[in-house]
Amino acid sequence: MALIAFGLIAAIVILSAVFVIAARNPVHSVLWLILTFFSAAGLFVLIGAEFLAMLLIVVYVGAVAVLFLFVVMMLDVDFVELKEGTLRYWPFALLVGLIFLGELALVWATSGEISTTTFDPSPGGDTNAEAIGAVMYTDYLLLFQMAGVILLVAMIGAIVLTLRHRPNVKRQNVGEQTGRRRADAYEMKDPAPGEGI
Amino acid sequence: MSNAIESLGSLWGPLLVLGQIGLFTLVLLISIAFLLLLDRKVWAGVMMRKGPNVVGPFGLLQSFADFGKFLLKEIVIPAGANKFVFIFAPILTCTLAFAAWAAIPVAPGLEGGTSWVISDLNVGILYLFAISSLGVYGIIMGGWASNSKYPFLGALRSAAQMVSYEVSIGFVIITVILMVGSMNLSDIVNNQTGGLQNWHAFSFQNFPLVIVMFPMFVIFFISALAETNRPPFDLPEAESELVAGYQVEYGSTPYLLFMLGEYLNIVLMCAMMTILFLGGWHGPIALGPEIANALPPLLLSLSGLFWFMLKILFLFFLFAMVKAIVPRYRYDQLMRLGWKIFLPTSLAAVLVVAGYVTYFGVQA
Repeated sequence: MALIAFGLIAAIVILSAVFVIAARNPVHSVLWLILTFFSAAGLFVLIGAEFLAMLLIVVYVGAVAVLFLFVVMMLDVDFVELKEGTLRYWPFALLVGLIFLGELALVWATSGEISTTTFDPSPGGDTNAEAIGAVMYTDYLLLFQMAGVILLVAMIGAIVLTLRHRPNVKRQNVGEQTGRRRADAYEMKDPAPGEGI
Repeated sequence: MSNAIESLGSLWGPLLVLGQIGLFTLVLLISIAFLLLLDRKVWAGVMMRKGPNVVGPFGLLQSFADFGKFLLKEIVIPAGANKFVFIFAPILTCTLAFAAWAAIPVAPGLEGGTSWVISDLNVGILYLFAISSLGVYGIIMGGWASNSKYPFLGALRSAAQMVSYEVSIGFVIITVILMVGSMNLSDIVNNQTGGLQNWHAFSFQNFPLVIVMFPMFVIFFISALAETNRPPFDLPEAESELVAGYQVEYGSTPYLLFMLGEYLNIVLMCAMMTILFLGGWHGPIALGPEIANALPPLLLSLSGLFWFMLKILFLFFLFAMVKAIVPRYRYDQLMRLGWKIFLPTSLAAVLVVAGYVTYFGVQA
């Protein structure tokens, strides 16, 4: 049963990943990418790592891919033309593909040494959320915090790159607005007829 | 007969799950029909109108009449629309809204420690969060596939809005997870036994935390309004600006699916608030163990179901009142509220609760 499910989901992952590249419409590409992420989460569930599966959906499908879709929908580029141009780079693609294939072959050749049966998604009877947390906040605390700092730097960089100071823009000050009373806003005058103020 | 059941054997489990799914779907659909009517009646009541009152006694059958109308109308797909995505978007919205209910525990089980739920996930709350974060796709895809300006603008608005408010919802959920120490929804509910004072929204047994947790409940409620595109945050479908936003080009059955998904999501958010903050199926007054043991377990389960539904109904009533009373936010105000007020507040709350749990421990 699990084997059938694995075969089905793995096939969907690979097929949808192929369609990400093959789709002519960029929005369709992103939609296929979302299906790829989603099915990969299904693979995580199959090996019992439900925490990772949910994180994959929350982070990649729920946030990252939404922004991808957001950006791609806004673009107005003739992607068919762009794709024809990319055909010139096929030797590079071939090279990268060959390197990947070589690495995969290396893994395949040594796979006898790597045991695949001892995998335990929830070691020591903890749920795998607890297991991940216990390792992440003790043994790998430094790496975890470094990853956080790197993300922070990236975020600050993005803000600095896009921040523009526009001096003549009126900004709403909510505190000022709601703090305004009738007495501050206007005063009553009683001008005599024919005189004005 | 018993032979037939035995020969089913391994099929029994999947069949049972299928039956549960069918039951959930049926109950949800019928409840939605009447909740929709309640929504319109409350809205009408605030405006001193009568609301729908023609179909059936007090208009009780109005939703069913609407349902028939939507089914019988012709499906119009605009020229230049992306057909597959156009049809797929409402189906996705509706499917996801139903899928989330698989993890919602609605009542205590007949044996101790179990609950009435289709799938008691270890990461139940994360599952709900993940599914509700996928809800934005239906709207974006619908808006984009319509190949029309207003839907597209509505889709863009909703994408930014839903991603923004998910952040504060996530932090509020973390405060509750910290208090419970588990992401299992049944554990979260069972952490709130013993009456009103132990519900997470009040949590008097961890006294100083009530100062944090009640505001978190309010933040979750308001973020839930934004997450489900309800007024006052219904900018994706603001009728005065965008006609009907992302669903301008939709009619008949696809529109019905969008609306169904939207209301299912609202009820789901009510259920999440009930589970996270209002004690789930526990009543406001705790029964002593003698009384609880003397009662038949089925009665306890049914009374749990009753409380759960009553709380959802109350929260839905609040949703309807907010829709009737509060004027729509402007878009920059919406973003300001989400990023400049809710995000820092909920982040600070996570720190406070984490510190409290670490140094004082939680009295369950």
